[in-house]
Amino acid sequence: MGDKIFFNSMRVLRKNLDPLIHARVRLGIVSALAAGETLSFRDLKILLSTSDGNLSRHTQKLEKAGYIECIKSFQGRMPHTEYRLTPKGNEALLAYIEQMEHMLQVARSVTADQNNFSN
Amino acid sequence: MRIEYGPVQSRKESPQNQASEHLRYIRDVMERSASFTAVPGWGMVTVGVTALLASWIASLQSTPDGTLLIWFIEAVVAVTIAIWTLRRKARKCGVSLTSGPGRKYILTLAPSMVAGLLFTVALWQAGNQDLLATLWLLFYGAGTITGGTSSVRIIPVLGICFMMMGILSLFLPPVWMHLLLALSFGGLHIGFGLYIARKYGG
Repeated sequence: MGDKIFFNSMRVLRKNLDPLIHARVRLGIVSALAAGETLSFRDLKILLSTSDGNLSRHTQKLEKAGYIECIKSFQGRMPHTEYRLTPKGNEALLAYIEQMEHMLQVARSVTADQNNFSN
Repeated sequence: MRIEYGPVQSRKESPQNQASEHLRYIRDVMERSASFTAVPGWGMVTVGVTALLASWIASLQSTPDGTLLIWFIEAVVAVTIAIWTLRRKARKCGVSLTSGPGRKYILTLAPSMVAGLLFTVALWQAGNQDLLATLWLLFYGAGTITGGTSSVRIIPVLGICFMMMGILSLFLPPVWMHLLLALSFGGLHIGFGLYIARKYGG
């Protein structure tokens, strides 16, 4: 019974998670940009060990949502793309971390209750 | 909307494990990202300035041994400045120099540096000092290219520039050695260092 309540509450918490950040590559992009000031497409590709196509797809989604900002320029004749985290993206990451910490707290308190009950 | 699950692929894992795995992933990426950009731009500028000074003092030496001694002192000074500024910037970014890309950078750069040092000793003992500038430029360039693969793009570019200077030195008479070393260890470090300091915050 306790397990059922626990998993239901976890399901509710998970439903509230931002689906844009919850994906692995997108979470990686946002986290990497939160630590570095600006990172180029190539830098992100190395950091996250992902392919060009995959990274491009996910950066587009984040850009569309206003979480990251894309700065296009030329280095000589070569096009150069750089990304920066927007305040909205930073807020979304902080909210996501808070939600994860909250999930951990709930899980810990339920485990502690279960241990107390079994003792 | 299709949700791709993050760092934890298995949905059978407990929510507690999933949440802690996600937090660990965020921390790990942030740490790697910070050390990825923890290249000390101002440190490179300082190394460049000391290299300019060293090449000027070395050009005033009357014997090859005197020149070599000046560059040896410069190498020790440069390594000390590099380690100190690298540690300082890594600390500022909240990352450890001995973990992740920082460690990878040092481990990939070190073999070229050690090989360069050994070859310098061998050439010096053989009395063939004309090739020293070429040797230093090529070994340092090669080390910077391999070390830079785990860092920002500009670092391997710096390595390529050093290698190009090394190749150029093969076609120039030995009297150009001081100028070449001043342009590369001095000029390139100052130029790239200023770019890095402006772009990656210090």
